[in-house]
Amino acid sequence: MSGYFKELISGTKSLFIGLGITGKYFFEPVVTMQYPMEHVEMTPRFRGHIELIPDEETGEPKCVVCGMCQKGCPSKCISLEGEKREGVKGKVLTKYILNFTTCSLCGQCVESCKFGAIRFSKDYNLAGPRKEDFIFDLIKRLKEKS
Amino acid sequence: MNGLFQQDVNQETFILNLGPQHPATHGVLRVKLEMDGEYIVDAEPVLGYIHRMHEKMGENRTWAQFLPNCGRMDYLSALSYNHGYVAAVERAAGIEVPERAEYLRVITVELNRISSHLLWFGAFVLDLGGFTPLLYAFDDREQILDLLESVTGSRLTYCYFRFGGVYNDIDDSFITGTREFIKRLRKRMPMYDALVTKNIILIKRLKDIGPISKDMARRYGATGPVARGSGIDFDVRKHEPYSVYSEFDFDIPVYEEGDSMARYMVRMDEIEQSMRIIEQALDKLPEGEIQPKKAVKLVKPEKGDYYHAVEAARGSFGVRIVSDGTNSAYRLKLRSPTYSNLSLFGEASRGMLLPDALALMGSLDLVIPEIDR
Ligand code: SF4
Ligand code: SF4
Repeated sequence: MSGYFKELISGTKSLFIGLGITGKYFFEPVVTMQYPMEHVEMTPRFRGHIELIPDEETGEPKCVVCGMCQKGCPSKCISLEGEKREGVKGKVLTKYILNFTTCSLCGQCVESCKFGAIRFSKDYNLAGPRKEDFIFDLIKRLKEKS
Repeated sequence: MNGLFQQDVNQETFILNLGPQHPATHGVLRVKLEMDGEYIVDAEPVLGYIHRMHEKMGENRTWAQFLPNCGRMDYLSALSYNHGYVAAVERAAGIEVPERAEYLRVITVELNRISSHLLWFGAFVLDLGGFTPLLYAFDDREQILDLLESVTGSRLTYCYFRFGGVYNDIDDSFITGTREFIKRLRKRMPMYDALVTKNIILIKRLKDIGPISKDMARRYGATGPVARGSGIDFDVRKHEPYSVYSEFDFDIPVYEEGDSMARYMVRMDEIEQSMRIIEQALDKLPEGEIQPKKAVKLVKPEKGDYYHAVEAARGSFGVRIVSDGTNSAYRLKLRSPTYSNLSLFGEASRGMLLPDALALMGSLDLVIPEIDR
């Protein structure tokens, strides 16, 4: 019987201790961020979808169309094409499409590119009602950015 | 006529489907319960709602291409899964890992383990009806995610380990950030203790609820905190040390009671042990390379059969590789801990009240995508 009352008292006390803790936190500064109003800065290593890196002089993509990124991608979401042009050494990139719907942001493509031609972007506000919104034309994106 | 849903009129039991969309199962798990009023007569977990053929994918992708899959099984302790897979392939292909890389692996895996336990803690108390602790746990967990994001580049489905090393090196801000975080969490643990562990409602809901005997845990192959809560002193990190775990001084919390409270206590104690490992690893962190000097280009393990197990947050995760000497696996078998931990639910929950069975289920710490793979 005495055990019962002991537990009753200690149990009730434990509830008040808990209330005290939550009460204390109630008056502490807010830790959450008001997301759409406040903007989160991404860390330098954040892995967003990939983007092409332009050549500093010409502004054209650095890509030499070796196809290693396409080969390394586990989800087969990169498709690219290139052509030979008069007076230009190597191939010129004509099409670079990223199907972001199946991309797993693993980074295999960036790692397999030996020419430093692609990197991760810092875009993360990606939402759209249509599947086609996520088929990115990276050459077009590069042109728009510059 | 004896249709699927027709029951004998004399039978007093009824079938209740818990899930596949039920908040307490934390994912698409369905448990078919045969109920006698509020009491469970029999429970049968039904799996397969989120099966994605990870093992089959492993046979159709090159070794390196399977890496992103590892983070998508147990998304709460993804780094342990990364570790299990790369370690198995390294063993198969005989790849040496520089010491610094091993240390980085241990530090990040243990941080990931803490974040996984914190999330489990919040969600478990939420299952039992306490909402506030979840928010505090997420506050702490968020700090870990920020730290891990700064090195790995992602917050949840990490793909950080590579054959022979890790992807990125850590910098000083990560080291100071981690040390500060450990200091902060040490200060917060007494708060969790007073707010939740000592709370009379929690004790009443967990003590002597859902007992799992040593024998039952053995029979079903339970590992991790479930086994350690039943008095089985087994932790892969200690008993088959891999990576550099043998160089650290840490304890394996074991509780004999076997009830839900014991499993709860094991995980809470493990947070402290993980913090100890991280501190020692940061102190001893050697300088050097994070990838082998001769870069690993083509991975082609010799023909053969290889196995490597690691201690994930939920138990022992094993990878078995059968290689035929080509650039993808002939067979890839992934042994996930919660699959075994869940299978004892049917026997353990027999005769229990439904709300108590949910406490038992929460204490098993289920991650459904990992059960189904
Ligand atoms: S990040 Fe991975 S999945 Fe995405 S395009 Fe690159 S290789 Fe493919
Ligand atoms: S690997 Fe680099 S250079 Fe080669 S095609 Fe891809 S982006 Fe272009």
